[in-house]
Amino acid sequence: MDPEVKELDIASLVNKAIAEHGATREAVIPILSEINRALGYIPAAALPEIRRHIHVPEEGVFLADSHLYSAASFYQLFSLRPLGRHVIRFCESAPCHVMGGRQVIQALQDELRLEPGETGEDRKWSLLMTSCLGVCGVGPVFLVDDDIYGNATPEQVAEILARYE
Amino acid sequence: MKVIRSMVLVSVDQASLERGAEEVFHTFLDEIDEFGLSDQIAVATIRDVGFRDDIPLVIVYPDAAVYGPVKPEDVHTIVEEHLHKGNIVPHLLAMMHELAPEIAWMRSRKGALPVQKRIVLERAGIVDPESLEDYVLYDGFQALGKALTQLTPAEVIAEVEKSGLQGRGGAGFPTGRKWSFVASTPGNPKYVICNADESEPGTFKDRLILEGDPFSIVEAMTIAGYAIGAHEGYIYIRGEYPLAYRRIENALRQAEAHGLLGDHIFGTDYSFYIHPHAGAGAYICGEETALIESLEGKRGIPRARPPYPTTYGLFGKPTVVNNVETLANVPPILRNGAAWYRDVGLPKSTGTKVYTILGCVNFTGLIEVPMGITLREVIDIYGKGMKDGKKLKLVQTGGSSGTIVPASLQDTPMDFDSFRNAGVSLGSGALLVCGEDTCVVDLAKVILRFFRNECCGKCTPCRIGTLRLYEIMSQISEGKASLSDLEVMQKISEAMSEVSNCGLGQTASTALRDILKYFREEVEAHITDHVCPVGVCPIAGHSPELILVQQPLHAG
Repeated sequence: MDPEVKELDIASLVNKAIAEHGATREAVIPILSEINRALGYIPAAALPEIRRHIHVPEEGVFLADSHLYSAASFYQLFSLRPLGRHVIRFCESAPCHVMGGRQVIQALQDELRLEPGETGEDRKWSLLMTSCLGVCGVGPVFLVDDDIYGNATPEQVAEILARYE
Repeated sequence: MKVIRSMVLVSVDQASLERGAEEVFHTFLDEIDEFGLSDQIAVATIRDVGFRDDIPLVIVYPDAAVYGPVKPEDVHTIVEEHLHKGNIVPHLLAMMHELAPEIAWMRSRKGALPVQKRIVLERAGIVDPESLEDYVLYDGFQALGKALTQLTPAEVIAEVEKSGLQGRGGAGFPTGRKWSFVASTPGNPKYVICNADESEPGTFKDRLILEGDPFSIVEAMTIAGYAIGAHEGYIYIRGEYPLAYRRIENALRQAEAHGLLGDHIFGTDYSFYIHPHAGAGAYICGEETALIESLEGKRGIPRARPPYPTTYGLFGKPTVVNNVETLANVPPILRNGAAWYRDVGLPKSTGTKVYTILGCVNFTGLIEVPMGITLREVIDIYGKGMKDGKKLKLVQTGGSSGTIVPASLQDTPMDFDSFRNAGVSLGSGALLVCGEDTCVVDLAKVILRFFRNECCGKCTPCRIGTLRLYEIMSQISEGKASLSDLEVMQKISEAMSEVSNCGLGQTASTALRDILKYFREEVEAHITDHVCPVGVCPIAGHSPELILVQQPLHAG
């Protein structure tokens, strides 16, 4: 998650992802996912690196950096800039909202002193909003990294956040 | 002489005790004594019932009926009806929500819940989802075996057509007809895609099918492949469902290892391969052409249609795209026959439907019931009534793109036909129940914000329309709009539903349209009187209570 990821790291990551998913156009999203998972975001330098593997005009396969950028910037699980050490994804869809989501996001904002979409200066937290996570039976719901918190109440927020270093 | 014929177990874990389990236990002893049944019925306690919220739980054996939450005043009814007369009391039964291991009880007490009938979720919660042996033990791969060894592809399609199975993704298109289109379209190769990009807010039925019974989807996709003449399939699972993805990966591996997938399935000439694919977070990818674009490695932007995927799908080849729940119906249909399937549900809407119940009810979760049940039944029987005794205001059916059903329409049978006639969408099966404390302006704002965020930006009516509708609704919620804004919204909404490129734009304003139809006074109150009748919206400088006293409002 270090914003200064070395070029060498990126190249070896891309190589690894391509070895697993193949150097084809339809492997673009799995490859981007792999990089996003490893670094927490997709550095701009990764795009030409991926393109070099897939773009083979002699074989009629054309891929520009802009194609990759258009895919990388489209999907919500991808980030093009470094995020905090811990990423909160708060469900802002209707089922969680009517179950009291409004109060919970307010508590998160107050506790973290962040607006939705922001990353703190100390890079500890990012507070992101997300659409439905598919665990609506226990709304309001938010994710901290890979941990799901359901039936969330404003009172629990401070205690939950304290679990993360 | 003591002959114990029945046993009552009362849960006494910490949480149950906090909710009065001890009193329930003693009331059972008293009531059983009262009915003179002490020699026949034993009462005992059970400590570990797993994590649930319908406690205290009472389990009556040998029927294995599970009641919950049981209050002391319910005990009399259970003793009189169940223990004395021998009839299970349906309205006190615990809702088997979420797929906890306890759901295994369901099988032994078949018929205890008269309305719930499981076809799609038959095995979910009963079998180990990571075990091929378990799946096979519960009739797994019988349908595929029958298809490959006894039926021609045309006969498979004919059987599915005869069953009347309609797509469960929302549109309700007849599945058999879709298959026959692709089967008869020239072109090679052909593809089967399972659409598991379940992103409609409030919907998680596909997740539970994938997590609870992944082999059924592998089997169903292979049957579909055989029927249409495809040798490759893709399953597109949304990125937010990592467990579902792992379970499918595992199912594919095991099926392949046992010759049930891959080369020469069941020793026949037929070969079929399935590639799992994880999405990366985009609601629009649930739209089938956007999903195909995304599978090809691009932005998930819907294509112009026609041509439909049945003729021009993945990599430009004829492609069947089916929803998870739709596919899960296929193996039971082939195993038991189309006639059996038609007996469930209604003549024109056959089979069962899986719903998710959410919001202001006592029990939220997942149910599978025959087509034609009403909202009132769902709320009373499975939702166990409204939370805190609140009054029902509205139900949004089918997720954020779905319709708003006011309390007055809650007796409309839920099936494709009746709902279509009433202008209601069954959609994804999400039922968001809202009580009297829900403000329609606030609800509309949240729904419109969702579409503003999820719009892919390809076509103008949707890109600009979703933004404008959200802006106007925000202004209404702050008491800063004028009545003419309602006309503007109406126009934008009509334009969007008529000329948007795909379903997202066409249905983004469905809820808004219904809110203006059924709850117009409440919306107008925000504008003309600067008051939120429910007291949810932040209208500055006005105290809702104060104005309400002077001018009573009748919303809804």
